Amino acid sequence: MAPPRNRRPGFSRRAQYGLFISYVLAGGGVLVGAVLLLLSTLHPPAFAAVRGTFSELVTPVASGLDGVRRGVSGIPSGIGSFFGVRSENAALRAEVEANRKLVEEARIAAYDNRRLRATLRLRDRISAPVVTARLVYSTGSSTRRFATLNAGSWQGVSAGQPVRSADGLIGRVVEVSPNTARVLLILDPESIVPVRRVRDGLPAIAAGRGDGLIEIRSAGAAQVLFEPGDAFVTSGTGGIFPPNIAVAQVRNRARDTAEGTPFASPDTLDYAVVQQSYFPEAGAVRAPEAAPR
Amino acid sequence: MSGSPFAGLGKVDTSARARWLAPLSIVIGSLTVLVPFKASFPILPPLGLMMLLAWRLHRPDLLKPWAAVLLGLVDDLVSGQPMGSSMVFWTVSFIAIDVLDTRIVWRDFLQDWLLAAGAIGFCLIGGRLVAAPLGAHVDTVLLIQILIAIALFPVLSRLVARLDGKRRTR
Repeated sequence: MAPPRNRRPGFSRRAQYGLFISYVLAGGGVLVGAVLLLLSTLHPPAFAAVRGTFSELVTPVASGLDGVRRGVSGIPSGIGSFFGVRSENAALRAEVEANRKLVEEARIAAYDNRRLRATLRLRDRISAPVVTARLVYSTGSSTRRFATLNAGSWQGVSAGQPVRSADGLIGRVVEVSPNTARVLLILDPESIVPVRRVRDGLPAIAAGRGDGLIEIRSAGAAQVLFEPGDAFVTSGTGGIFPPNIAVAQVRNRARDTAEGTPFASPDTLDYAVVQQSYFPEAGAVRAPEAAPR
Repeated sequence: MSGSPFAGLGKVDTSARARWLAPLSIVIGSLTVLVPFKASFPILPPLGLMMLLAWRLHRPDLLKPWAAVLLGLVDDLVSGQPMGSSMVFWTVSFIAIDVLDTRIVWRDFLQDWLLAAGAIGFCLIGGRLVAAPLGAHVDTVLLIQILIAIALFPVLSRLVARLDGKRRTR
């Protein structure tokens, strides 16, 4: 192939200066970029406003695409459920019958629990849901894991609030603009969630690994054995996440540090529920730490 | 066109629409993160960067060196990487390609592909170093992402040639 047309300006003084200045501008741009990079490393939420404004512009597009995807991907399952409805009906009836006894027992236990708690005068904090919205897109090409929610400060969302689905914890809000919010997923390498083991209440920390798994480290005790299938729920420590939201399940037997798979997948969930922070005052203090840079 | 086989000779064989189509297609490449799939690891190739490299290698005279700064800024706004990282890495690789252009003069597509592969690797690894903590387990998936991006580059190169249009009318 012939040599590409290069930026050789020839003998024109004006063209030579123009070329020189364009490189000076590019060099200056690199410097500006480096300063921005430094600023965003030292003070992560520095550019939240700029990002929020841009996100206001592009999120409607993403919401539209998301709606199209939901419509299209609903067709095969719709056809399947039409034909499978008879056998499914029979199976569900059998299941309801089998569960009846279990539900009765659970009701009795729940009633006992309520009565005993009332006797002890325990006060439960409940964190009420703020809004239900959809996650519309995520940072698919980046090593960070952020997703964008199509609800923002006008819908009552504010930074620091936990985001969950019916299956389990999704992440927490780190930046809000009027109609969109940026959610730090629990899969992100900088996300940390205080958890406890369901079986015995062992305290642990669930940190994102960045490759779709979650690392579960024991907090405090050494030589802890994690068994496959150990389930972890939020403990409420730290004040952001309300207790008893399912987080992850251990994959293989390990000591002290184990790999876990999250219960809730951000891609398959229908709706994300934004909740109040467990202790709002703690959320205000701690939320900015892990904001995107 | 018709008649003489030399009819098109001497005319500028570049299209005018590339002036606005190039930045537009690069920004659209950056905006592909809007596809409604919530990835749990970095798997989407950096299409904005790949479009930039494809345009740069296809039409060296088209984009000014400082264009990479502005296009990188747009990419930073949606990509989730720290602000300023694409601005720095895109522009540095752009200038590096300019420098290498004066060294490797006669070349074919393989060398272009190699240059693009180097730039993609540089930008993605640099972006990983500034964005995620060193202990994060993202290196294997990052390697896969780089390989996918390099393998896809010829496709984007063809796409850019198609968008540019007016070259080599026969």
